[in-house]
Amino acid sequence: MTAVLKREVRAYFDSLIGYIFLTAFFAASGVLFSISSLSFGSTDMSAMYSTLFFVLLVLIPILTMRTLSEDKRQKTDQLLLTAPISLSALVVGKFLAAMLIYAIGVGMTLVYAVVISFFGTVSWLTVLGNVVGLLLLGAAYISVGILISSLTENQVIAAIGGFGCMLALYLIGSIATIIPIGWISKIFAEISFSERYNPFTFGIFDFSNVLFFISATVIFLFLTIRVLERRRWS
Amino acid sequence: MIEVKNLVKSYGDKLAVAGISFKANDGEILGFLGPNGAGKSTTMNILTGYLSSTSGEAFINGHDILEDPIAAKREIGYLPEFPPLYLDMTVKEYLYFVYELRGCKLPRNTHLKEICELVKIDNVFNRRINNLSKGYKQRVGLAQALVGNPNVLILDEPTVGLDPKQIIEIRTLIKKLGKNHTVILSSHILSEVQAVCDRIVVINQGKIVADDTADNLSRELTADHKLIARIDGPKDEVIKLVQTIPGVVSVVADLQREKGVWEYNIEAVEGTDIRRELNRRLMSRNWYILGLRSSELSLEDIFLKLTMGESVTEFLADKADDLEEHYNSEEAEK
Repeated sequence: MTAVLKREVRAYFDSLIGYIFLTAFFAASGVLFSISSLSFGSTDMSAMYSTLFFVLLVLIPILTMRTLSEDKRQKTDQLLLTAPISLSALVVGKFLAAMLIYAIGVGMTLVYAVVISFFGTVSWLTVLGNVVGLLLLGAAYISVGILISSLTENQVIAAIGGFGCMLALYLIGSIATIIPIGWISKIFAEISFSERYNPFTFGIFDFSNVLFFISATVIFLFLTIRVLERRRWS
Repeated sequence: MIEVKNLVKSYGDKLAVAGISFKANDGEILGFLGPNGAGKSTTMNILTGYLSSTSGEAFINGHDILEDPIAAKREIGYLPEFPPLYLDMTVKEYLYFVYELRGCKLPRNTHLKEICELVKIDNVFNRRINNLSKGYKQRVGLAQALVGNPNVLILDEPTVGLDPKQIIEIRTLIKKLGKNHTVILSSHILSEVQAVCDRIVVINQGKIVADDTADNLSRELTADHKLIARIDGPKDEVIKLVQTIPGVVSVVADLQREKGVWEYNIEAVEGTDIRRELNRRLMSRNWYILGLRSSELSLEDIFLKLTMGESVTEFLADKADDLEEHYNSEEAEK
């Protein structure tokens, strides 16, 4: 697993995708931070964190699009799948690599909090809750992106498909409000990523939401493993 | 040791591998011979755990590839048809990665250095794989299969894309490796498997059509009855004369090689040697044989022979009988 992890992290910076992702993430979070906190002279960073949701919709697919699709296209999957490692080690290694790059981006928002703490009082617990929430949301989205990239050998399709799925998981909360059938509407609201993420930005740290994102991550990674497994049998 | 029992792989309706069984012993080089699409790569992909068989079993040194894949995969070094290279890495980075991926315990630097010297890529060790020639890429692929010194080597068309000098080098290397590894290699070139392998398994349309030692198989497959002769003499009359030799099935003038000298493909009934008779008759007319060699069986001939088996022999025998009768009646007329 560490071999895969190390290679993936290296590949992110060899192929520029790592730089592009981090640049875009820093730029977006910087702009949002300036608009919502600096221009109002406020230490409340919740607006930035809640808007970063939309940034993730665009950036996470870029981060995950080549994860498994590129291996399939270049036939390097033959090396990985015939090596004496389990499929889960392979998928988790790839997931952790994407997660590491993502965490570097998220870590930057802590720097903003530190900077702002020189000029006012920062509610550190709220910031920490937000960072944890953003990491969990990202983990779930990265696992969705990896699942999509396991289904195709075309990076562009993987990126667009990933974006579509993530958008659907975001919109599902809004769709829930217009569905007249009560129980369907309730299920949709329960699995909406935005409904689950927003409490974090309000400073509410609800363990059921933490569990939700962890479960979602595990489920999507599990599905990815099943996709790879199924490919052997097809 | 590799043991395969009744392996079947189907893609939907299409049967890619239709129940093959064979065994490769320790220290044996087994050649997989077959045309493209015969099921060679599919079989190899199943043996290495990349694909799963629809039914049947495969054991690598006693480990079932389906039941105990990690233990089985630890025993295998695999060079697929397309070397699985990360083009954005240098050879060094790539081999370090494979070393870690396979969880290799041997001392890293000396082990990798040995491999690089063995396959002669030590001079490109620090270059990006993307910038290497096809021959070097193929050799990096081979190096990758050797990392961790696995007992079993599975090489899918290892000499494709190499120049003749490299082909000879790689063949020598494989022979050397075969002394203490079990090697399975596939090819669609008969002379290649003959040169390298101890035993040859011929596959066609997912089925084994022959499984024998290289010597036996080539003895069986040599074609003394098919001759290519260069004869100095008038073309049409030469053809007429040669056709009267008992046992000759067909004579075809191929090309004019020199002025008045034609090359003829002469086919006789299997098991008959017409060379002396050919000489005698041509001499009597003062025509000369300037070259005579038996034509090697092409892969197509072998498949025809192995897959049609009896029917071809019968067909040729019938034809020989006809000719014999014709010849006898001519004699009688005289």
